[in-house]
Parts: sequence; C-alpha cells; structure tokens
Amino acid sequence: MTDDPHHRSRPHAARAFALRLRVEELAVARGGRRVIAGLGFSLESGEALIVTGRNGAGKSTLLRALAGLLPRLAGRIAIEGAQEGEETLALLHYLAHADGLKAPLTARENLEFWAQFLGGEPDRRSLEPKEALERVGLAHLSETQVAMLSAGQKRRIALARLLVVFRPLWLLDEPTSALDAASRARLARLMTEHRALGGMIVAATHEPLGLEDARELALGKNS
Amino acid sequence: MTSPLLALFLRDLRVARRIGGSATMGVVFFLVMVSIAPFAIGPDPNLLARIGPAILWIAALLASLLCLDRLFQADLEDGSLDLFHLGRAPLELAVLVKCAAHWVTTGLPLTLAAPFLGLMLQQEEMALAAVTATLLAGTPALTLIGAIGAATTVTLRRGGLLMALLVLPLTIPVLIFGVSAAEAASGGTVSFFAPFAILCAISLASLALCPFAAAAALRHSGE
Repeated sequence: MTDDPHHRSRPHAARAFALRLRVEELAVARGGRRVIAGLGFSLESGEALIVTGRNGAGKSTLLRALAGLLPRLAGRIAIEGAQEGEETLALLHYLAHADGLKAPLTARENLEFWAQFLGGEPDRRSLEPKEALERVGLAHLSETQVAMLSAGQKRRIALARLLVVFRPLWLLDEPTSALDAASRARLARLMTEHRALGGMIVAATHEPLGLEDARELALGKNS
Repeated sequence: MTSPLLALFLRDLRVARRIGGSATMGVVFFLVMVSIAPFAIGPDPNLLARIGPAILWIAALLASLLCLDRLFQADLEDGSLDLFHLGRAPLELAVLVKCAAHWVTTGLPLTLAAPFLGLMLQQEEMALAAVTATLLAGTPALTLIGAIGAATTVTLRRGGLLMALLVLPLTIPVLIFGVSAAEAASGGTVSFFAPFAILCAISLASLALCPFAAAAALRHSGE
C-alpha cells in the first residue's frame, strides 16, 4: 500500500484557542472497588499524555471517567478555555476497545453517520468521510461492508471517525491494537497533526506510540 | 447537513433493512401464533370471532417482545452506545429515535399484517378495522415500555427472558384497553372510543416518560 499519496498538510489553526484539560483529585470506582484515587493532572492544547500501568491498574477506567461514562466519587474534570455553553462531552472523542461500527453498513456510511451524529457547527478542521478514509489508507474500501473487513481495518475506520468531526480532546484506549506497522506509523502522524491543530491526546497503551515529547502518567504505582 | 437524530433514525432503518430478519421474524411469529390458536381452541367460528381480537393482541404483544431484546444490545456490543453519550443530542432523544425506528421496523409491520391474520379468525370488517386501529395506537406503547426493559437488561448476556418478565406486567394496561376497544367494535356493550382514547393516552404517556427511564437505565449500564 502506498503511503498516503493524498497526504496534504491541513491549514494550521490559529493557536488562539488554547484549551486546558484539568483533572483534580479524581476518584473513580468500578464494581464497588476504588480504582483511581486522588489523581490530578492538566494538559494543554498540543500536549499528549500517555497513561501506562499494569493490567487492571485503571487505565481504561480513567479514560471512561474522562469520557463521562463512569460517575466520579470525587474530584473535578474540566476543559478550561472552551466557549460558553460548550459541553465538555462535545469536546472529546473516545476510542474504546469496541470500534463503534455497524457491521451491515459500509465504511463510508458508518463515518457519515458519526459525522452527522457527533458533528455540530461546521469546522474546517473536520474532514469529509472520503478524505478521512484516505488518511487511514482505506479509500479503496469505502463501499465495503464493515462485516467483511479485518480487525485492523475496522480499527482504522474507527480512527477515521476521529477525523470526520474535529474535537480537541482525543481519549484513546489501546489505539494500536490490531494495527500493523504501517498503520501505526500512520496513527503516529495523525496524532502529531492533531496536536499541531491544537488538539490534546490522552492515550492508554502498553506500546510506544511514536509521540514526541509526550508526558507519561503511570497508574497503579502507589496501590 | 442532516440533524443527528435523523441520521440515527436513518442508520437504524438501514441496518434493519440490511440485516433483514427483524420485521419478517416478528410478522412470521405473529402468523404462527395466530394460526396455532384455532388448533388449541377448536374450529368454532363463533368462538373465534368473539375471542379473535384478544388472540391478535396477545400474539402482537409477544411478537413485539421477541424483537425488543436487541434494541440496545447491538449498540452496546459494537461500542456505539458509549458514543451516544458524546453526541450533541440528549440520550433521551436518541432513545426515543431508536424506539421510533424500531417501531417502524417491527410494530408497523405487525399492525399492517393484523387485518389479514384477522380474516383467519373470522373477524368482520368492523372488527378488522378496530383491531388494526388499536394496534396502530397501542404498539408504540409496547415498544416504548419494552425499551425500559431492554435498557435495564442491556448488559446481561441472556437478558431476553428477564426482559420479558419485567416488561409483560407493565404492558397489561395496554392489553386491557386495546382488546376492549377492539371487542367493542364487534358488538360489545361499551363504546369503542372510551377504551381507545385511554389506549392513545397510554401511548402518549409512554412517549413522554419511557425515554427518560430507558436513558437513565442506559447511563447506569456503563458502570
């Protein structure tokens, strides 16, 4: 597969909108057990945070809590610098283990749906579904039913979902799972570009992601 | 730009059409239920004419229950459910739209099949029209009440039976007023419109209340 012949640099967004994800004294329980306690960090536009830790340390729990899917026992999660009335949940993308794709629909139909469902005001940083599929190297499969695709290809379509609607905060749970080497390199490039557009990334992973000067948060050390 | 909710509605219709099954299965189950009733009751035309509306209603109730357990489970499994929380539309409205799409693919075919199956049960024209009208007014309530059960049991692997146990008692009012309105039209002592109006009221109340209950249950399912 050629390496993204259609690659073109997106117009650089003004750095004017500086956002800051601030997490303070966060405590989250799952299944009655307190998995995360007293966690705090902050992340600014253009920064990336790698969350590491052994299995069961609470990486996925942290991401689900940041995505608003788990109730907080204590603490605060806020995105500062957002426009008035912008909900925190409308500022983030969540990539979980499940890809969020409907098997009977084609790749393009899935992406069009998420673009319409998640999208708000038109944003020039959002890509068309076709363009997003090109960026993950799957343009030739846009009319194929997702049921026919491999796990890695589905994962890449899920990544393309992050591109069809621009949202500044990406929460990535094991983004490299099922991806081959070329796709990992592509993912690293997408993440770099997202940061250049003023985005923020929080990624839980066991593997190097190829992110430059990313900060690291090790979970489960003190438990 | 399609609105998020319209996009969700069209997606669910498209998925249902590609998979096939759901509408056909419901109608075929309905057909089987109605055709085995005379074997159990006996081929007395007068008796069948009298209890026909009740048989049609019970069959429609069970057929619509049969299709309900996948309402949210499919979205949970492929990860879409988590992403619904991140949309710009409230989860309650997303639930309502999913119910609408589900009703179009299951409740509506049942309603349309009812007059033909009614012929097998010796129903006169007035009674056929009345049964169809009551099903048209009542099946939305069945779908909406069932959505609460589907949302409550969404994380259970074999939730279908539990869902039926939860939902069936709640549908008794719908059954009572649906059947009494349908029977009134074929020469009962009560008027058709009094029970029919109450049936419509139940559907409207379900429309207003059930999405909140189902969305609350879905919010807790992520924990």
